[in-house]
Amino acid sequence: MRILVLIKQVPGSRQVDMDPETGVLKRSAHDNKMNPYDLIALEMGLRLKERAGGVLAVLTMGPAQAEEILREAFAMGADEGFLLTDRRLAGSDVLATSFALSQAIATMEPFDLVLCGKQTTDGDTAQVPPAISQWMGLPVASWVRTIEPADGNTLRMTQDLGSVIYTVRLPLPCVISVDSDALQPRLPSYKLHKQTRGRAVRVITADDFPDNDASKYGLEGSPTKVERIFPPPRNEQSEMWNDPAELASEKLYSMLTDLKIV
Amino acid sequence: MLIISKSLCNGCGSCADVCPFGAVSIENGFPLVNDGCKLCGICVKSCPCQAMDMAEKPVKAGDLKDYRGILVFLEQEGGVLHPVSLEMTGKARELLKTCGGGLYGFMAGDGVGPLADELLRYGFDSIELYEDESMRHFTAGAYTDAFTDCVSRLTPAIVLVGATPPGRCLAPAAATRLRTGVTADCTSLAVDSKGGLVQTRPAFGGNIMAQIITPNTRPQFATVRYKVMDSALPETPHGVVRRHAPPSARRGAGLIVEDVRRPEKSESICDAKVIVAAGRGFSEKKDVDMVKRLAGLLGGTYAVSRPLVEAGWVEQHRQIGLSGRNVKPDFILTLGISGAVQFSSAITGAGKIVAIDKNPEADIFKVAHTGIVGDIYEIVPKLIARLEGGEPAHEAVKLA
Repeated sequence: MRILVLIKQVPGSRQVDMDPETGVLKRSAHDNKMNPYDLIALEMGLRLKERAGGVLAVLTMGPAQAEEILREAFAMGADEGFLLTDRRLAGSDVLATSFALSQAIATMEPFDLVLCGKQTTDGDTAQVPPAISQWMGLPVASWVRTIEPADGNTLRMTQDLGSVIYTVRLPLPCVISVDSDALQPRLPSYKLHKQTRGRAVRVITADDFPDNDASKYGLEGSPTKVERIFPPPRNEQSEMWNDPAELASEKLYSMLTDLKIV
Repeated sequence: MLIISKSLCNGCGSCADVCPFGAVSIENGFPLVNDGCKLCGICVKSCPCQAMDMAEKPVKAGDLKDYRGILVFLEQEGGVLHPVSLEMTGKARELLKTCGGGLYGFMAGDGVGPLADELLRYGFDSIELYEDESMRHFTAGAYTDAFTDCVSRLTPAIVLVGATPPGRCLAPAAATRLRTGVTADCTSLAVDSKGGLVQTRPAFGGNIMAQIITPNTRPQFATVRYKVMDSALPETPHGVVRRHAPPSARRGAGLIVEDVRRPEKSESICDAKVIVAAGRGFSEKKDVDMVKRLAGLLGGTYAVSRPLVEAGWVEQHRQIGLSGRNVKPDFILTLGISGAVQFSSAITGAGKIVAIDKNPEADIFKVAHTGIVGDIYEIVPKLIARLEGGEPAHEAVKLA
């Protein structure tokens, strides 16, 4: 089975803050890390590979330093790594990002399964997997908890849609977005890390796209535009208590009785 | 692409100072922009010499005027409407007062005609009902086919979809197929008289809100979480239900739903009127028991912010936040939660927000109605003791 897992490098902690007085954005120190939900998708993919045999590749779209997470994936057991990096992709919204990713995928040997994490911690939209499925003309299932190979070149999976849980079968090839808290991702292995240190990562740019129409990616390819940014709204009617614990707990008790909660 | 004019630039370095992503440096008195640039445009606005430009090619807006009105996705499962659909309907009706046009609903399913008929009382000019056995359950393929067919026929200016698991899959799939823009998890929506939708949501992974527009394509898709907007109120129905068979292009072919299970209806934090929420201020898993006890004493439910789910202490369905749920309780008490926008944007609809944290600079105090600077490990046990019938720990202070 040829499996591709899409992964993204995200800030380790809150990266930007806006000073409401001056409107200036302040940077705080951060470490980048692999999007934690992608680790779960990677783990899901590695288990499928171990079960069904085959190859697992990882693709990330980002600046050059995003190669770090491809290497982390190698140390977990990924076989091939692709870095889609190009300044012309900056400013991409979900339509342009999914287009670029699908174009990058089109330069590779076809995959049976494209796996994604449920969302990123810096975008939180969960939109890329369904969007990619449309560019690639493949069926998609989101919120998938478990996957196993089934007859007739299909996968059987459970999907948690909130009020209902489905068991479905999807034909290959397909796109799946994984939402499975119970799955514990394996740690990178030092042995694999050493073994793969010299492994090359294939770099892809917009020049490699089969359809390199510049109006489809980057800022130009993004139908949504950020008009302005601002700090989160403050609550104007706030009050602060700076009391010792005994007084604070008593005042809180009073408030709760006044509000008729107790 | 960021374009900087050498002749206008004076090398002052304001751009490098304001860049939130550290993407600009000054080399030989001139800005150098690296890969980290996200084209957010802040440097362009801050440049005193107006030497910077985003160099966007003007895009022909196309026949935007052919698109009018608002289409709402009416999500049903087993013949039961998800309440977020009525919230989208309420918002749509409010927006239409400014931009004009029809109010349309889209529903897919099997044997849900009676539900569609009932929903006409929420002010729809029409409800487009797509019925077929293949649509008895939500599947991305069949629903996207039907939804895009409906959009192509009605040409609404705006499409609103509740940000439920099915909605969060359907909206980007349909928007992508239609080559138009979609903004997820909007915390507020407004519209101008020409039908331009102003979409607000947290952005750039930081403590920032962004105002987003979809200037050149139609329709403008937006998803909104449950418990953000107000529900529509019923009135005298005046519209019609129009029935359709699924469109013939079936890209969902091959998907088989083998089993459907409805998990036991556990109390959802979304519906609680009183919530006690715990965050990273707690240092041990067993301390969550204290939180559960307090929630019980207040007749409410307990919830958590993301770190406690990531630590494996509590299940994900109790998480409040952008990767969890939105809540709109009458009262919420947050304990040891710093209040980054990914969390606080999910509680701003609450009636009263009280926060306890030991850091006086914590962001949570910007959204709390009452901020208590203190140690949760001291205050919470004392409060619990008091609630369980103990003596006042301090002379009771009557609050106004």
